[in-house]
Amino acid sequence: MDVSLLVVVVIITALAFDFTNGFHDTANAMATSIATGALRPKVAVAIAGVLNLVGAFLATEVAKTISGGLVDDTKVTPAIVFGGLIGAILWNLVTWLFGLPSSSSHALFGGLIGAVWVAAGAGAIHFDVVVEKVLVPAVASPVVCGVVAAIGTFLAYRLTRRARRSSVDRGFRHGQTLSASMVALAHGTGDAQKTMGIITLVLISSGNLASKSGPPWWVVLLAGLAIAAGTYAGGWRIIRTMGKGITDIEPPQGFAAETSSTAVLLASSHLGFALSTTQVCAGGILGSGIGRRLAEIRWTVARRMALAWLFTLPLAAVVGGLAAKVAVSGNGGVLLVALVTMSAVVAIYVYSRRTAVNADNVNDSAAVALAPEPTLAAAA
Amino acid sequence: MAGIEIHWSGLFKVAEVSLLFGVGIVAVFALGVLGLSKAEAAKSAPSGSAARATGLATAGVAFAACCAALLYGLYLLIPQFH
Repeated sequence: MDVSLLVVVVIITALAFDFTNGFHDTANAMATSIATGALRPKVAVAIAGVLNLVGAFLATEVAKTISGGLVDDTKVTPAIVFGGLIGAILWNLVTWLFGLPSSSSHALFGGLIGAVWVAAGAGAIHFDVVVEKVLVPAVASPVVCGVVAAIGTFLAYRLTRRARRSSVDRGFRHGQTLSASMVALAHGTGDAQKTMGIITLVLISSGNLASKSGPPWWVVLLAGLAIAAGTYAGGWRIIRTMGKGITDIEPPQGFAAETSSTAVLLASSHLGFALSTTQVCAGGILGSGIGRRLAEIRWTVARRMALAWLFTLPLAAVVGGLAAKVAVSGNGGVLLVALVTMSAVVAIYVYSRRTAVNADNVNDSAAVALAPEPTLAAAA
Repeated sequence: MAGIEIHWSGLFKVAEVSLLFGVGIVAVFALGVLGLSKAEAAKSAPSGSAARATGLATAGVAFAACCAALLYGLYLLIPQFH
């Protein structure tokens, strides 16, 4: 079996994207459970990681197209996929630095669209499908889940208003753990499969696999491990925004938010109207804030989040397009893009260390700062 | 950009089903929590054994319904069951 350098690089990049996908989306399942103390932070990310791995093995029906029809798939080459993945990875890291939840699928779609646009022209992009599969779901997801969670939260408080506070909190904490686990499992069955699909399709297009093959066992294993490792690493900055930043979450709200998210995600995947996990979960949390009387909602955080969603596709497309332009020139171009990306990743990581958010301090504040707070010593 | 087709009916269907299950499960679970709380409160009351039994029974039925919903969710999630 002769595997070209490009194919190896694309596989590694796809797994790197899978990792960022995991750590970007831990918050969707676990942020509320961490915020209410239903689960200790480390335990929460461990459960989510294991369930993502389990989910990856359960759902192995390979994606039939890389982009789900957003672009003309006959124009997609491994170099274009590589460029698209780079756009998605960098967007995921920048939004993580700012502590903003954003859809990993939208980042991937954006990266691919930009890469295809540069390499094959705007004609290869199906804009009508972009509206149908990206734009409409992005607006509809948070609204639908927000309404469900708001009504659920209102009822949860209303029905238990005569109950003892301690029993109420204990009961909902247990329930919350279960519904959060469902979100994590659903994530594993959906998102890990995307990476498996990309790797399998690249292997087919390069002639290393017979066409219409399913993913080889090692692809399933590596994709599952990458997303599980990413999930366990925990995007703590995003967990803080989702669990503390949008609104202060009490156990009944956390239960309502996660149960609504599970209901919406399952309904959408089984009734054929795809909605985006991140937007669904963020909408659920926002809704749980609206449903509880006297809950404070930090609309500035919600606004920044919505702005990030708006820019996810176009900005990932710009980076993906640039990366693809260099990468299609040959192996030298691919290596150059890989080197620049790695430097950017290291720079973002080092920058994030100045205001590190981790399992120990995730609940200490509601904000994700970029510059360290001035210390007393520095002020004196 | 001709021919954009958005399946609004699909979206409404999703919203409807989510509303039914999402709100339904939260409400039923809340009733279960209320039942447990009543049972606990009755423990310290002088003649609370009947109230305690009612509370526990409500909680049992409510949580059983939530368990059924959870299993149905797992059934939907795991393709090997279909």
